[in-house]
Amino acid sequence: MDSLFIITSLLKILGILFVVILPMVSYAVYAERRVSAFIQDRLGPNRVGPAGLFQPIADMFKLLLKEDFTPRAANTFYYWLAPCLAVMPAIITIAVVPFGSTLFGVPMVIADVNVGILFVFAIASLGVYGIVIGGWASNSKYPFLGGIRSSAQMLSYELSLGLAVVPVFLVVGSLRLTSVVRYQIEHGWFIAPFVGDWANPWKWLLAIPMIISFLVFMIAMFAETNRLPFDLPEAEQELAGGYNTEYSSMKFALYFLGEYAAMITGSAVIVTLFFGGWHFPGIPDGSHGWIFGLINIAVFFAKVAVMIFFFMWVRWTFPRFRYDQLMRLGWLFFFEIALVNIFLVAAIIPFYRS
Amino acid sequence: MSPFLFWIFALLTVIFGAAVVVNRNPVASALSLVVSFLGLSALFMSLDAFFVGIIQVLVYAGAVMVLFLFIIMLLNLRAEEERRINWLALAGGVAVALALLIQIFLVISRFDPARKTFPPLPGSTIDDVRNIGALLFSNYNLPFQIVGVLVLVATIGVVLLSKRELR
Repeated sequence: MDSLFIITSLLKILGILFVVILPMVSYAVYAERRVSAFIQDRLGPNRVGPAGLFQPIADMFKLLLKEDFTPRAANTFYYWLAPCLAVMPAIITIAVVPFGSTLFGVPMVIADVNVGILFVFAIASLGVYGIVIGGWASNSKYPFLGGIRSSAQMLSYELSLGLAVVPVFLVVGSLRLTSVVRYQIEHGWFIAPFVGDWANPWKWLLAIPMIISFLVFMIAMFAETNRLPFDLPEAEQELAGGYNTEYSSMKFALYFLGEYAAMITGSAVIVTLFFGGWHFPGIPDGSHGWIFGLINIAVFFAKVAVMIFFFMWVRWTFPRFRYDQLMRLGWLFFFEIALVNIFLVAAIIPFYRS
Repeated sequence: MSPFLFWIFALLTVIFGAAVVVNRNPVASALSLVVSFLGLSALFMSLDAFFVGIIQVLVYAGAVMVLFLFIIMLLNLRAEEERRINWLALAGGVAVALALLIQIFLVISRFDPARKTFPPLPGSTIDDVRNIGALLFSNYNLPFQIVGVLVLVATIGVVLLSKRELR
């Protein structure tokens, strides 16, 4: 292992974490409040700094200065461990997502492993521990119910999530996320395949199951990140706040950060799989100069921001599902759609390739 | 792979594997098993077997253990924590484990290939996902199909058992 590789990897990790992800998380919270206010015809936080832009910083100081209270009946070790477990998986997942083409010849992905999407699923499935352990260690009724709900919900929707993404890899022929982006540059984004082989009618037929696959994947992602309309684990009206009821101060904030970090990485995965990653028609990749490398990165995060806005839009538009409805939807509807979709794509591919 | 990393992950796997048995609290045991799985998967990945390593995390740490935890949390934990140690059973267990350990050491010390250092495998950048897929669907197609039928039978069985009224 040469030292150049280690240095660039460290720079990429530090850069993506402290320059992009963590500020993005704190400003996603601010954006959520502004967007919700806009949708409900309110003003939202607009006092701290211009248009309330310093609100996240003020919030951070507020949360740090609050009393950090540990309930007497709680299992202290796990009570402290759980918030960390909630944040870590969401941040680790970003390691395999290509967030840009190349910058000065260095590929803009931290770890380009050949099992890319499996890595995302594996690490994301560890995220449930933070919630379950937090709910259990609080030793309190409502958090416990929240934890139980969360584990059942995440396990159920992981199936749809995993099956919905299979068509993408049937078409691309590789689990590597950079290959997925590369394929979409040549053949057009999966959600809008307007590039290359126009005359092939099978390509247009293939677009239909791809869009179904995208819809199932996105809806399962809502459930996986515990966002409305599937935020049953933290339903305020039913569970007094859910798994994080007993948490205060920075530990509560960590849960909050974990949820938003999961939303950002989820959006990043959706953008990579279905929206062409860092590619935008007409913009060359980083091999044509470092300025294009930077633009590619900007394009990627702009797409992620649009996706996050969509997440927020959905949250403030739809009411919450009932728990049995959620389970029925997951097991009897999305699971079957995703499964049939795989057969459909597999049947079309031989004609498309010939 | 640097031996330093190997020792870290090997120790992680073994220590947390022991913690599964030693811990009195079932939740702590289950979580120790998760950490042990993570260490094991790191060992796989350090041997360039990314697919096996990540499946280890995805299936065992991510799905099976979450279900375990789910069940354990619904049980009464106090009963397990207050149970007293049966010394006779403990002695028997330790004796069996020791016998196995001695046996393994004896076999390994007489097994010549175990002492050789193998040359590194040629082409460590091969696509292991593709290789495993190709093997499953060519050489091991029949066992693969049988496993598929087995899983289907199990699924149908679960659906049948969880039906409220049996006809």
